[in-house]
Amino acid sequence: MITNLGIEENREWRCLLCDELLKLAKVRIDYMNGSFTVELPCCPECGMALVPEEIALGKMLEVEKLLEDK
Amino acid sequence: MDQKRLHQVESQCIQEEAPACRSACPLHMDARTFLLQVGKGQWNDAWKTLNKTLPFPAILGRICDHPCEESCLRSTLGGAIRIGELEKTCLNQPRPRIRVIPMPKKNRRMAVVGESLSSLVAALDLLRKGYDVTLFSSQERLGGTLWSLSDETLPKDILKSELEILETLGLKVEKTMLDNSLLTQLQQEFSALYLGLDSPSGAAMAQGGKPSGKTFALGKEGVFAGGACDEHGRLSPVYQSFQGRAAALSMERFSQNVSLVEGRRDEGPYPTRLFTNIEDIEPLPVALPPVHGEKGYTTDEARAEALRCIQCQCLECLKVCPYLDYFKGYPKRYAREIYNNASIVLGNHSANLMVNSCSLCGLCEKICPENFSMAELCLSARRDLVQHNKMPPSAHEFAIQDMQFSNSEQFMLTRHAPGQTKSGFAFFPGCQLSGSDPDHVIQTYSFLRNNWAQDTGLMLQCCAAPAHWSGDEAKTQAAISLLEKTWQTMGEPRMILACSSCLDMFRRYLPDIEVISLWQVMDQCQLPHYAAKPVGTTMALHDPCTSRHDPQLQSAVRSLALKLGITLEELEFSREKTECCGFGGLMENANPALAQKQLERRTSESDLDYLAYCAMCRESLKGAGKRTAHLLDFIFPQEVMGVDPADRARTGLSESRENRSRLRKDLLSQVWNEPLETESESMLQISPEVQATLDQRRILHQDIRATIAHAEESGRKMQSQVSGHFLASHRPFMVTFWVEYSLAENGYHIHNSYCHRMQVMGGKG
Repeated sequence: MITNLGIEENREWRCLLCDELLKLAKVRIDYMNGSFTVELPCCPECGMALVPEEIALGKMLEVEKLLEDK
Repeated sequence: MDQKRLHQVESQCIQEEAPACRSACPLHMDARTFLLQVGKGQWNDAWKTLNKTLPFPAILGRICDHPCEESCLRSTLGGAIRIGELEKTCLNQPRPRIRVIPMPKKNRRMAVVGESLSSLVAALDLLRKGYDVTLFSSQERLGGTLWSLSDETLPKDILKSELEILETLGLKVEKTMLDNSLLTQLQQEFSALYLGLDSPSGAAMAQGGKPSGKTFALGKEGVFAGGACDEHGRLSPVYQSFQGRAAALSMERFSQNVSLVEGRRDEGPYPTRLFTNIEDIEPLPVALPPVHGEKGYTTDEARAEALRCIQCQCLECLKVCPYLDYFKGYPKRYAREIYNNASIVLGNHSANLMVNSCSLCGLCEKICPENFSMAELCLSARRDLVQHNKMPPSAHEFAIQDMQFSNSEQFMLTRHAPGQTKSGFAFFPGCQLSGSDPDHVIQTYSFLRNNWAQDTGLMLQCCAAPAHWSGDEAKTQAAISLLEKTWQTMGEPRMILACSSCLDMFRRYLPDIEVISLWQVMDQCQLPHYAAKPVGTTMALHDPCTSRHDPQLQSAVRSLALKLGITLEELEFSREKTECCGFGGLMENANPALAQKQLERRTSESDLDYLAYCAMCRESLKGAGKRTAHLLDFIFPQEVMGVDPADRARTGLSESRENRSRLRKDLLSQVWNEPLETESESMLQISPEVQATLDQRRILHQDIRATIAHAEESGRKMQSQVSGHFLASHRPFMVTFWVEYSLAENGYHIHNSYCHRMQVMGGKG
């Protein structure tokens, strides 16, 4: 199942190694015994993913806390 | 914690104990709830409350001799609440429909002898439980002396209709001449037998026998009796009812062949353990019925009278502890939640946050009339979580890493005093003072060698408090062993400790090591001639919570302040009742919002500047915006004139680590003449706003440096097409750090940083 984080298509960040604009792609994120597939801005070449600040401090933090209390 | 221990812990919290009025009532009528409902004018509910415990409420409520009033805590504050009168007012309101769920019929026959109140109650209770009950009486009608009461006390129509319930429930009545020969016959025919001593026939059949106190057994197989006059010859309706009820329970138990006595400790009136603080309760006179006189209260008068009820409860701990208040319960409930939390196999451990939020400060134990200790409960629950690998990693990780930093070569230092080959004493400043105020550590160490003992060595390391607070016994033991080893290396000196948490840890885990507080040492020395003498300054003294059980230490601090010319104001919560600054027990780590509340409470207790003697307390209080100085700020004042010690900013988290490293280097260089090479580090340019964000997110400069180094070496970074800033991430342990930066002269300009614990596993699609 893909969890939609509501991230808009990236127009700001480029991967410097590949000189590519980051595009939304499916990424697996893990913590403790939880694993989710989400869409994050990623480099189309090397796959380097960006976790935006509002996601890190918002939804991701919420899920982290839930998993920690499992 | 097993079930037995849980019950022990639970029973220590008395919040759920009955209020005095209820425990004094032989039937345990819930007068507190009744008065609350009357006060709100909720007559139907009040009626139902009476109906819950009172047999024949319309009768008993009118004739009750209300022993509840004698124990009412309002007695000395304007007079006991007139519960009896209020019951009458309530009973004069229309009776609500009350659904009674009939019990399944039981195949046992019970006999009740007598027509007076106790017999009627025994019969009623047994009928309600589904027994086949036969009442034997020599009288024409049931009720006995109740019929001789005046109509004003008990109207005849009410008595008649109230007794009709017995018929409805299927009571069989046998009018017969009763004599002793009948007793044996009834014993044979019925499962159990009740003799109402308040009825002539019942009394006659008892032949002067006295029933036992708790079970009302008469000493004859299956025969029970009650309803007698008390030792003063008085007949009390509520006692008659109680005895009928208690005997009926015994009859049931007898017929089922189970213990007559088990679990009946609190039957009948008993002294309650509930404590209710009435110190701040204003006296309020009884609302006497002004117009109706003997006719009783109007509903408005009754409501006014009911509102005088104190609504007795304890909650003493919640009044002083924002933590206990935060989780919207009280210790007994918390103990149950914590027990359930530990028992969960699958599902959410919903009490983790509660377990980890307690500051372990011990104030509740001091305040509680029964010395309930949340600290003990929470610490043991934390140990349990760690043992079962269920402790949320984020709860204490930062503090544990900070402890590991202090026990690394970046801070640890063990030395005899320069020129000495042994140490009679060793100064142990602790992590927090070293991180907050390294210069004062150097000055204090110098002072001790010059004024206390030349052979005072130095030990820089952590006392293991963070590991202890986190419930990690393995890490605690490892840090304690390291401490003990260092102490042995030093030749087992007597320890001079600046921090009361360190003192507490030494006493707890290394009781054989002789320890003394820095403040007690200093109080025995001549203070430096250059000490600041802020004569005329009045400050409020904040005792750290870990000094709670150390009155000598607290007195030494007061003595030092006096010598410095500081007038001290004692906060309401000081010495053994002092409050935590929000750092203790790693509260701030696990629940920063709660730590903020704790600080708000503490800082609002006086408008004066605070004087602290624990570095962490000073940092926390100052961080909450309270002007707070440390005692060392006056003993070793800054040479620069005009520096306001109460206004020194809170030390940031990175700064604290840098200070500790610098302290080690400075001590080695200045005291032992062993200068260390300083490694050149890239400069980080960070605005105060960004630094505040970093501290709040617990991101250290070393994390930022590592992230940038990782990005610059690997080239794996992003660049904004808008600002040109770089963005890079790095995961050195269970946390991924993100840093937004740009190049600056000799280093980097840090624009932002954040972190998360989830790991991005990468991959496209």
